[in-house]
Amino acid sequence: MAAISARAAVHHLPPQGFIRKYVFSVDHKVIGIQYTTLSLVAAFVGMALSWAMRIHLAWPEARIPLLSLLSPNGMPGGVMTPEYYLSLMTMHGTIMAFFVLTAAPMAGYGNFMLPIQVGAADMAFPRLNMASFWVTFVGFVLACATFIIPDGPPLSGWTAYPPLSAVGPAAGPGQGWGQNLWGLSIALFCVASLLGALNFIVTTLELRTKGMTLSRLPISAWAWFINAWVSLLAFAVLLPTCLLLVLDRLGGTSFFIPAGLVFNDQLQAHAGGSPLLFQHLFWFFGHPEVYIIILPAFGIISHILPTFICKPLVGGWKVVTFAMIAVGTLSFVVWGHHMFVSGMSPFMAMVFSVPTLFITIPSVIAVLIWVFSLYRSNMRFQTPLLFSLGFISLFITGGIGGFFLAQPSTDSYLHATTFVVGHFHFTMGLSAIFATFAGFYYWFPKMFGRMLNEKLGKLHFWLSFVGVYSVFMTMHLTGFAGAVRRYSAFVDDFMVPLIPTNRFISVAALLLGATQFIFLFNAIWSRFKGPKAPDNPWGATTLEWATGSPPPFDNFGGRQVTVYHGPMEYDGEARVMQTSPEASVAGT
Amino acid sequence: MARRIRALAVPMGLVLLICLSFGIPKPAGRVAAAASGQITGTVKLDGVAPKAKVIDMSKEPSCAKVHASTPATMENVVVGPAGGLANVVIYLSEGYTGSDAVATQPARLEQKGCQYVPHVIAVDVGQKLTITNDDQTSHNIHPMPKAGGNQEWNKSQLGGSAPIEVSYNAPEVAVPVKCNVHPWMHAYIAVVKGPYAVTDDSGAFKLDYVPPGTYTLTAWQETYGTQTAKVAVALGKPATVDFTFKAK
Amino acid sequence: MTGKIFAILVAIITTISAYCVIAHVWWMPVDISVHGPKIDSQLEETVLVAGTLFIAGQLVLAAFVFLYGGSRAKPMQIPGGAKPLVLFAFLLVGAEVMALSFIGSKAWGAVYFTAPDPNSLHIDVQAGQFAYYFRYAGPDGKFGALHPELINEGTQNYFGLDPEHDPDARDDIVTAQLAIPVNKPILLTLHSKDVGHSFYVRELRVQQDFVPGLNLPIHFTATQTGRFEIVCTQLCGLGHYNMKAYLSVLSQADYDEWLKKQAAMQ
Repeated sequence: MAAISARAAVHHLPPQGFIRKYVFSVDHKVIGIQYTTLSLVAAFVGMALSWAMRIHLAWPEARIPLLSLLSPNGMPGGVMTPEYYLSLMTMHGTIMAFFVLTAAPMAGYGNFMLPIQVGAADMAFPRLNMASFWVTFVGFVLACATFIIPDGPPLSGWTAYPPLSAVGPAAGPGQGWGQNLWGLSIALFCVASLLGALNFIVTTLELRTKGMTLSRLPISAWAWFINAWVSLLAFAVLLPTCLLLVLDRLGGTSFFIPAGLVFNDQLQAHAGGSPLLFQHLFWFFGHPEVYIIILPAFGIISHILPTFICKPLVGGWKVVTFAMIAVGTLSFVVWGHHMFVSGMSPFMAMVFSVPTLFITIPSVIAVLIWVFSLYRSNMRFQTPLLFSLGFISLFITGGIGGFFLAQPSTDSYLHATTFVVGHFHFTMGLSAIFATFAGFYYWFPKMFGRMLNEKLGKLHFWLSFVGVYSVFMTMHLTGFAGAVRRYSAFVDDFMVPLIPTNRFISVAALLLGATQFIFLFNAIWSRFKGPKAPDNPWGATTLEWATGSPPPFDNFGGRQVTVYHGPMEYDGEARVMQTSPEASVAGT
Repeated sequence: MARRIRALAVPMGLVLLICLSFGIPKPAGRVAAAASGQITGTVKLDGVAPKAKVIDMSKEPSCAKVHASTPATMENVVVGPAGGLANVVIYLSEGYTGSDAVATQPARLEQKGCQYVPHVIAVDVGQKLTITNDDQTSHNIHPMPKAGGNQEWNKSQLGGSAPIEVSYNAPEVAVPVKCNVHPWMHAYIAVVKGPYAVTDDSGAFKLDYVPPGTYTLTAWQETYGTQTAKVAVALGKPATVDFTFKAK
Repeated sequence: MTGKIFAILVAIITTISAYCVIAHVWWMPVDISVHGPKIDSQLEETVLVAGTLFIAGQLVLAAFVFLYGGSRAKPMQIPGGAKPLVLFAFLLVGAEVMALSFIGSKAWGAVYFTAPDPNSLHIDVQAGQFAYYFRYAGPDGKFGALHPELINEGTQNYFGLDPEHDPDARDDIVTAQLAIPVNKPILLTLHSKDVGHSFYVRELRVQQDFVPGLNLPIHFTATQTGRFEIVCTQLCGLGHYNMKAYLSVLSQADYDEWLKKQAAMQ
């Protein structure tokens, strides 16, 4: 173990030159910042798309001049066409799910923090790491490119169900080259994620420093490790699925297209394929994907809470970690709950429903751990804690919605309504985002050597918390009324009375979006003008806080750190760093 | 006496020039009215027309309302009370060497009550076609040409929004048009060169501005296909051609 | 102070949300199907179970933040540590999960695990971008064969029937609206002309996707007359938002008259 760590500590010299330092860097810290920046840009792009969508839903005749510059075809006279709405919706989901939610908490923070948290000088494969980022970057460029090609972005949703996504332009506007670029963009993202997962696993297993046993790993490191395994299996299925879809479109194959389809009175020359096959393949990835998104959030929250509640989590590292392992494992046997009314065997619906309901148990365990750790704690209400508490509330709400969708009988009414949209925005969307914010406010001083402004941070939290509930709880409610999702307009009959509620959602969403500029301003201003950060501004105990803010290029200045304790040595004011040989205060 | 005539020559010449100038071709290339011929005729259907099926527009309540008292019917065979066949495109398929574009007004295709009005429209190559949507609902217009040089496109047009303007580069009889949102909506755009006419339910047609010469006159109807006739056009003598399609 | 504000905010949000659900501010329309009450009662069960967990979870979170937010007393773990929490999760949540699964299977089974009544009225449903068309078998009780290559929307041959050569197709009645007699078992077979669509009638408590290449049966019995909407819930292209048809549940006499009128219009 020591020999490997020593090798890792000197495996690269400080980089020279701007390109090597900040562009094509093999330093995991630079790569982590690159991923985080990419996600930030993607988040604002994804949000802007959602603002355009919500403006159109609330005021269908509204003119949006900026968008009509981008797409005169999609926005004739500045007014959105139905197909352009669906294109914006597709790219909103795609960009948010992949380039924000999957990227930031894992590839962003994980890349920066994991090697430091385990006491290594870098990831196990730094060049592969660099390749992962740049492949992700190209994927993002391709996704954005769909907006400027003549055919425009695809409109089949981030789920891209065939035959709509597979037959090509015959299926209508929005099914031209944009869908091909989409498939390639996601395929590249898969490749990058697979490479990244490899790095995370090997680094965690092989590069832990002296004394860093698995039982002393910070829970965030456990989360990234478990997540990497889930990613390996899940993205390995999505990659060929995207390629098969592109083959059906360009290569004349019919993996997903059956015979006898007629578009514009013309019979399609395909035969033998199954649309349900795509759904199975996609959701075999898609369900673990939502856990790939949320597991790092579990890790970040579990990591941050002890610092700000001044005590370890109930049950120590074991209970939460085994809950995460259970969630990650069970996530592979529940995918059919996306397909209850899809034409899949109704018997299989029951088979998928049972584990879907059972996966509640480890999630409830995790929530109970976080909530009951607050019992008799000493809370310090800085922004990272606020966002962590907000996360818990949002995750409870989102998880509860799952009860309705996990049962085929109730899902048969709620499927494809805004109830589902509210549910997944709470769980994989905004809970993960709140955890990402918590991580951002927590780790910003370490990453950039400066403090974010607390007042702006708190304002950002309060407004966002109220905003999220206003937008997405209301969607659960309209879902009970049967409001159908993915509709670009509300026409007769039963959707029309829901228009005032939708206007409320749109206004709340635009305000929620505006609030994020407080965060953006804070981040950019503080990056350059914030007060300098000490090594350990929060008084935390894990290894990243035992080195500089930001850390030196090889993380620990060439010395090898030795670990003596677990990550949660907190007892009120007292705390013992993992690297300190002092006696334990928390008995862990 | 001769001197008086010669003195009048200039002013008379001027007057003659002025009179003749009225006949000088206009910049748009229209054949001088005085120098053009005419083809008239009627198109009839021999036999019983197939039943014009009612179109149920209930899925689009705003359009169903428009047809509440008189239901809309299919227009693939429209026959008048005297047996005249409507929506037949008449044009010169062979022998025409004049300028391609004879009509100068833009043609207009309207979407009204979830139907295309007219059901069959003819335009010249390069003639502007204006498409409007007078309905509350959005339509998407999808012409599906086959001739090289004519571009296929598929565009949404929101109710009451700005007109879409297109023109076609190659003759094609005829480009089918459909609306994907409302599957019963169907129209044809016949792209021709030179003079054209589309019959109404009297079956009557009149082609103006036909330069003198011999031509093949073609009548096209979407269900019954084409019929041709040779016609010779002379100045001052309108040619008459009648067509009769046989009901299946 | 911050903690107390957070706690009160969470309590307010919880109260408003719970109220909106319990008071049915936005709720399902009246149920008009035989199997509907089972689904509705399952939904009410779930509201009870999930609602209790929701309220309890949020309020316990709020309570702890309120009580211990400003505390600087020596931190303590809850008595028993994680064990009671893990036990609670397994036992209580596990029990609820089992209950929901097994009772819920009856509601699901009522729709999918019971065979359709042999006397069902069988109607063929075709979904295509962006309309539904329905086909009744006509007096001969047989459906004509479908020939996708013959589909011609311009001549209203939506199903691709070949009445010239197929005697079974000659009396098929194709309509743009679905009318059914009340209190009669109905069997629908769903097929798609082009992409994925779905058949959703809120009042019938029925939702079933159309999958291209498959012929999917659903069956139900409507218990009330009226006019209801069938809307598409599977993203199918630009016209998805406007893809609907009307379902009329009629008395037997009204239905017979309607069918006769439709037959005359073929």
